[in-house]
Amino acid sequence: MGIVDSPPGYVTGGEIRFRGRDLLTLGREERRRVRGTGMAMIFQDALSALNPVMSVGAQLGEMFQVHRGMSRKAARAEAVELMDRVKIPAAASRVGDYPHQFSGGMRQRIMIAMALALEPDLIIADEPTTALDVTVQAQVMDLLAELQREYHMGLILITHDLGVVADVADTIAVMYAGRIVETAPVHHLYRAPAHPYTRGLLDSIPRLDHKGQELYAIKGLPPNLTAIPPGCPFHPRCPLAQDICRSERPPLHDVAPGRTSACHFWKETLDGAR
Amino acid sequence: MEPDELPTPDAIRPPGGPAGSAAGGAAGPATGNPVAEAVAGGTGGRPGHGEPVLEIRGLVKHFPLTRGILFRKQVGAVKAVDGVSFDLHRGETLGIVGESGCGKSTVAKLLVGLERPTAGQIRYRGEDITKLSGRALKAVRRNIQMVFQDPYTSLNPRMTVGDIIGEPYDIHPEVAPKGDRRRRVQELLDVVGLNPEYLNRYPHQFSGGQRQRIGIARGLALRPEIIVADEPVSALDVSVQAQVVNLLERLQNTFDLSYVFIAHDLSVVRHISDRVAVMYLGRLAESGTDEQIYDHPTHPYTQALLSAVPVPDPEARESRTRILLTGDVPSPADPPSGCRFRTRCWKAQELCAEQVPPLEVPPRFATPDAGPAAHPSACHFAEERQVVPGE
Repeated sequence: MGIVDSPPGYVTGGEIRFRGRDLLTLGREERRRVRGTGMAMIFQDALSALNPVMSVGAQLGEMFQVHRGMSRKAARAEAVELMDRVKIPAAASRVGDYPHQFSGGMRQRIMIAMALALEPDLIIADEPTTALDVTVQAQVMDLLAELQREYHMGLILITHDLGVVADVADTIAVMYAGRIVETAPVHHLYRAPAHPYTRGLLDSIPRLDHKGQELYAIKGLPPNLTAIPPGCPFHPRCPLAQDICRSERPPLHDVAPGRTSACHFWKETLDGAR
Repeated sequence: MEPDELPTPDAIRPPGGPAGSAAGGAAGPATGNPVAEAVAGGTGGRPGHGEPVLEIRGLVKHFPLTRGILFRKQVGAVKAVDGVSFDLHRGETLGIVGESGCGKSTVAKLLVGLERPTAGQIRYRGEDITKLSGRALKAVRRNIQMVFQDPYTSLNPRMTVGDIIGEPYDIHPEVAPKGDRRRRVQELLDVVGLNPEYLNRYPHQFSGGQRQRIGIARGLALRPEIIVADEPVSALDVSVQAQVVNLLERLQNTFDLSYVFIAHDLSVVRHISDRVAVMYLGRLAESGTDEQIYDHPTHPYTQALLSAVPVPDPEARESRTRILLTGDVPSPADPPSGCRFRTRCWKAQELCAEQVPPLEVPPRFATPDAGPAAHPSACHFAEERQVVPGE
C-alpha cells in the first residue's frame, strides 16, 4: 500500500509489480491514485482505523469526492448504497452515525465498504476479524468471501489464525522473521507441510485426537528482528536443525509445482520427519 | 518438576475420601432426576475426583446504571451475570466459553472475591464465602487464586519479578516465614519453567509467554486449591500458547489443582477441560462434559458457536455446515425476555419470549438410553445436531 511511515521505515530494495508497473518507481501522486482504485486495505482494528469525529457516511463519501470528484450529495448516496452492499441494516438512517455508535462487527463491515468503494482489483485485509467474536467473525468472513466473488477481486488475507486461512485461501504463504518460508496451495500445505515451522504451527493447534496429551509446542520464542539468527532464522527452534542450517541460509526451493520451501531439509519434512 | 518440590501442607487440603457423590455430581447423566443434576452442575467429574470444592448457586451480579450527578438515581442495571449455577470438583478443569460481554470475566472476579455478587451463593467446601468478611474471607481467598488475561498489564512494571511473585507472602505471611521467601520464589520460577536467577529482573525484560508464566507463579505462590484463569493464553502467539497450556496441565497434575478456565477459544478449552459450560448474556446455555458439548450439543447457541469456529483443515471447507447467526449480542442492560438467545435463534417461538428455559436435562433426553445428548441445556426446543466434523 505504500503507507509505511518513513522515517523510520524505508523500502530498501525489491519491487512490487502491480498490473505490470513497479509501484516503487511511481511518484507520490501516482502512487496515491493507485490506492483506493487499484488496491485497498482493511485494517484490523476498525475503531482506531475510522475517524471518530466524522460520520461514517462522510468517511465513505470522501472516497468518491476525492477520487471521482463527486458532489457531497452524490457521494452520500453512494455511501448509503455501499452500506447496503455490506448488509448494514437500515443503511439510509445510519449513514449519519459515528463509528462509536456501531458494534464491532458493523464497524468492520464499514471498513470493508470503504475498501470496496472504488472497486479495486486487490484488497489487502490485515487480520480483519481478529478483534471479533467467532459468530461475528463468521458473518464478516462470509461477507468478504461473497463480495470477493462478486467483484472478482484478489484478496491478500493476513492472519495468524490457521483456521481462517484454511476456510478462505487458495494459496498460503507462511512468514517467519521477515521472510516467506513456505508457499503452497492450501490443501497441500495442511496435508503435508514442507517447512518445519509450518509443521510446528499446525501441530500446536489443539486437536480432538490429541486430547489428554501434551500439545506440541515449538520450543523457544520468535526471534528479535534486530538480531535474526545467522543461517536459517528458524534453526534455534527447529527440531531438524543441522550444522548447515546454522551457517547457510536456505534458498526458496521449488518443492512441487506451485510449492516452495526455504528449508535445507524440505524433503525430509515433507516425508514427515520431526 | 517433582511433586515434592513444593510440598503441600495437609492443613489446606481436605481429607481425600468418599465424601464425594453427596452433591449428586458423581451420578451418571441419566438417572432420571434431571433437575437435581442440572442444579448440581451437570454430570460427574473425573473418576477419583468426587467432591465439589466450589458450588455456585444462582450467582447474580448487576452493575447499576446511574444518571445525574447531584441526585444520583439508578436508571437500570447491566445484568452481567444473571443466575449462574455450577460445581467445580477437585482436580478437574471446568471450561467456561462464550463471546465477549457474556459475563465470563465477571464470573471469574466473583469467584476470587474481586467483586461482590448481587445475589447467590459461592460455597467453598460447603461454606458460603459471599457472606464472609475480614479474616475469614482472607483465609478463603488464599485458596482461590487468579491468573489474568493480559500479562502486560497484570504485572506491576515497577516491581521486580521476585517482588511480584513474593507479594502474596506479604499478605499471607503465615505461608512462608520471611527468611524463606527468596528460596520459595526461586522454586516457583523453576516450577513454571523460568530461570530462578531472573529474580531481580523487571516484567518488561520478558516476552509475553514468560510474563504469563510469572503470573502463573504468582497464582501458585500461596498453594491454592483452585485457580481461576481468565483467558490465560488469549494474548499469546499460537506457538507460545501451546507451551503455556502444557504448563497449566502439568501443574494441575503436580499440585492437584482445580481450574476454572475461561476462554473464548473453543479448541483450547476443549483440550484442557473435563467439563465445559457455555455462557450467553449472563446465563449458562449448556453444560456437560467436553464430549457432550462438542460432539452432542443440544442448545442452538452452542451449535452456532461451534459451527462458526474456523477449522484448520481445508478439506472440511465444503463438507461442514455453518450456522450463520443474524445480528449482534443484545445489550446486557436490556436483555430479551424469556430465553436470552431468542432474538438470534432460528428456532424461536412465542414460548421462548414468555418462559425462561431452565438449565436442565431436556425432558426428551431424560431417558436411560438417551446417551450423550442427556446433559443440561437451557432450551425449550433442544435437539441434538452434530456441527463439528468428526475426525
